[in-house]
Amino acid sequence: MNLDTEVAAAFELLAKEDAQRPLTATAQQAFNNYQQLGWPTQKLEAWKYTRVSQLVQKPFRVTVSAPEQTPVLLPQTHRLAVVVNTGNQLVFVNGIFTPSLSAYDKETLELLPLPEAAQQYPEQINTYLDQSKKYAADGMQALNTAFVQNGLFIRVKKNAVVAEPVFINHYTNGQSESLFVQPRILILVEENAQVQFAECYFHTGSEESFTNEVTEITVMENARLEYYKIQDMPANAHHVGTTHIQQAGKCFTHCATITLNGGTIRNNLNMVFGKENNEGHLYGLYLVNGNTHVDNHTVVDNTKPGCFSNELYKGVIDGKATAVFNGRIYVRKDAQKTNAYQSNRNILLGANASVNAKPQLEIFADDVKCSHGCTVGRLDETALFYMRTRGISEDKARALLLQAFAADIVDQVHIPALQQALKEMIAERLHTELI
Amino acid sequence: MLHIENLQASIGEKEILKGINLDIKAGEVHAIMGPNGSGKSTLASVLAGKPDYEVTGGTVDFLGKDLLELAPEERAREGVFLAFQYPVEIPGVSTTNFIKTAVNEMRKHRGEEPMDAVAFLKLMKEKMKLVQLDKDLTGRSLNEGFSGGEKKRNEIFQMAMLEPKLAILDETDSGLDIDALRIVAQGVNALRSKDNAVLVVTHYQRLLDYIVPDYVHVLYNGRIVRSGGKELALELEEKGYDFIKAELETA
Repeated sequence: MNLDTEVAAAFELLAKEDAQRPLTATAQQAFNNYQQLGWPTQKLEAWKYTRVSQLVQKPFRVTVSAPEQTPVLLPQTHRLAVVVNTGNQLVFVNGIFTPSLSAYDKETLELLPLPEAAQQYPEQINTYLDQSKKYAADGMQALNTAFVQNGLFIRVKKNAVVAEPVFINHYTNGQSESLFVQPRILILVEENAQVQFAECYFHTGSEESFTNEVTEITVMENARLEYYKIQDMPANAHHVGTTHIQQAGKCFTHCATITLNGGTIRNNLNMVFGKENNEGHLYGLYLVNGNTHVDNHTVVDNTKPGCFSNELYKGVIDGKATAVFNGRIYVRKDAQKTNAYQSNRNILLGANASVNAKPQLEIFADDVKCSHGCTVGRLDETALFYMRTRGISEDKARALLLQAFAADIVDQVHIPALQQALKEMIAERLHTELI
Repeated sequence: MLHIENLQASIGEKEILKGINLDIKAGEVHAIMGPNGSGKSTLASVLAGKPDYEVTGGTVDFLGKDLLELAPEERAREGVFLAFQYPVEIPGVSTTNFIKTAVNEMRKHRGEEPMDAVAFLKLMKEKMKLVQLDKDLTGRSLNEGFSGGEKKRNEIFQMAMLEPKLAILDETDSGLDIDALRIVAQGVNALRSKDNAVLVVTHYQRLLDYIVPDYVHVLYNGRIVRSGGKELALELEEKGYDFIKAELETA
C-alpha cells in the first residue's frame, strides 16, 4: 500500500467523522487539489533535484490523531533537550498538537484548534489561512491543507512582548511503525507584538518518519517576528515543510533555518511583503554529511514599495550529502524602492558531495536595488597553510575555518541558549572544541 | 641549527631553487637578498613547508631533524616560524582565539597543559606592547581589515607569542613606512638571543639598518652566488643587483 492510498483512507475516515465541522469545505477542496496535482516529481522545475517519489512508495501510516499514550519523546542526550524544554513549549506528537505536554504564557499567547479558531475568528482565518497556496505548484501543500482540521492556531496578542522564546517541538515516534505526519500551524502576530519562535524536529526509533508541514505566519503592522527552524534529526527522518511569512507593513522579520542532520529535507520559506516598508532577514546554514539531502527554496516577494530584504545562506557539504539552494526574489511592478540582497556560499568537502545553487531574480519595477551572488568552493588552502605554520594541525585548522564559516549564521540565532547549543553541536561535529 | 645542502625545488614544471647551500647557527642573523624572481620567497616557503612547492633534491637538517620530512605544523612545533610577506586574512577567527589555539597546540606538543586564561592574557598584553599592537585588533577577525603595517606587526606579535628557534622573515619590510619598519625591527631585535636565529629575506637594504645581520647572502637565479658580512648589503644598495649579474656573466 503506498502513501496515496493511505492518505485517501485517512481523509475519508476523517471526513466521515463530522461533516459539519468548520473548515470541512476547505479541507475537501484541498484534497481535490492534491489529487489533481499529485506528489511532486522531478519534472517540476522546483523539484528537479529533490526526490520524494521513492518515499511515497514506502509503507507509512498516516497519523490523524494524537497517540493514546505519551510516547517516548526526545532522548535527553540530545543537545537541544534542555534548551527546548524551557519557556513556552508547544509540543506536537506525530504531527498533532498535544496540549497536555505543552505550556505557554496565556497573557500574551492564545492557542486554539483551527476549527475552533474558524468559529471564533472567522474573518482572520478566512483571510490568513492557506496564503501559502499561491506559492505551491505541487500537491503536498494541498495535502496538508486537506487535514487542516488537525491544525493549530496561535495568536500573539496585540502589543504583547512575549518574554520567553516559543519553542514548537515536533516529535515523531518511529519505534513500531513508519509515520507520515502533517503538522499545520497558523500564527497571527498582531499589531506591535514581539515574539521569537523556534521550530525544532526530533525523531526516535528505527522506523522512518516523513513530515509534511505547513506553517503560515501573518505579521501585522509594526510587529516584530523572529523565526528559527532547527533540524538535527536522524537519517531516517524526512521533512518537507513550508514556512510562509506574510508581512502587513512596517514589520520586522528575522529568520534562520539551520539543518545539521536528517534524511531527505526540503525547506520552503516564503517571505511576502504585502504592504509597504517591511524589513526581512533570511539566514540559512546547512552543514550536512552522510547521505543527507537538504533543499532550501526561498521566495522573497516584494509586492509594495520600500521593502528591504537581506538573505544569506551558507552550506558545508561533506560525505555523499547533497544540497540545493534556490532563491527567488520577485520585485513586482508596484514595488519601487525595493532593496533586496541575496548571497549563497557553499563549501564542498567530500569528493562525492554536491550542491545545486540557483538564484532567480524577477524584477518588474525600475527603481530598485537588487544583488545576488553565489559561490561554490573548497576550503582556502592559503589560509590552511598559514594556520599550520603556527603549529595548528591540518584537521584543527580545517575545523576552525569551518566553525568560523558557520558562526556567521549561528550568530543570527538570537536565543542565547539555542545559539550556544548549536555552536557546541557544530564544534562536536567538526571534532574540535568551541572557539 | 639549520643546515641546507644542495636544496632544489620547483613549482609545477618550473625549477626555482637550483641548489642552495646554507648554514645557520644559533645566535646568528642571516639575510638573503636578491633581485625579484631570484627565489628568495620560494626558499622561505619551502623551509616552512608550503605544499605548492615540490622539493626535487637536497637536504635540510634542523636541529638534527630532517625538516623536509615534517608537515608544516610539525616544523612550527619544532621551532620554525615564517612571517608571511602577505599575511592571510581569516574571517571569523579572532586574533586572540587563533593565537591561543596555536600556543596551546605547541604546548600540547611539548606535553604541557593548556595555558590558563589569566596567564595567557598577561602574556598577550606583554607581547602586544612589544610591537605596539592595538588591543582592539586582537578581538577582530585575524588580519581582516588590518592595514599593511598592522598585518606585519601582527606577524611579529605571533612570533613573540610562539618563541621560535628559527624565525624566517619573508619581505617583512615590504609595504611598511619607516615608523612601522622601526617598530617591527625593534620587536624582532627584542626576541633575539644566543639560542635562536633569524633569517631575513629582503629585497632592500633598509631593513638591515635595523636588524643588523651577521651574514648576507645574495640569491640569484636559484643559487646563492655571493656571501659576505653586513657590508655586502651596503655594496648592493650602492651598486644595485646589476653588478652581481654583470660579474656572473663575465665569469
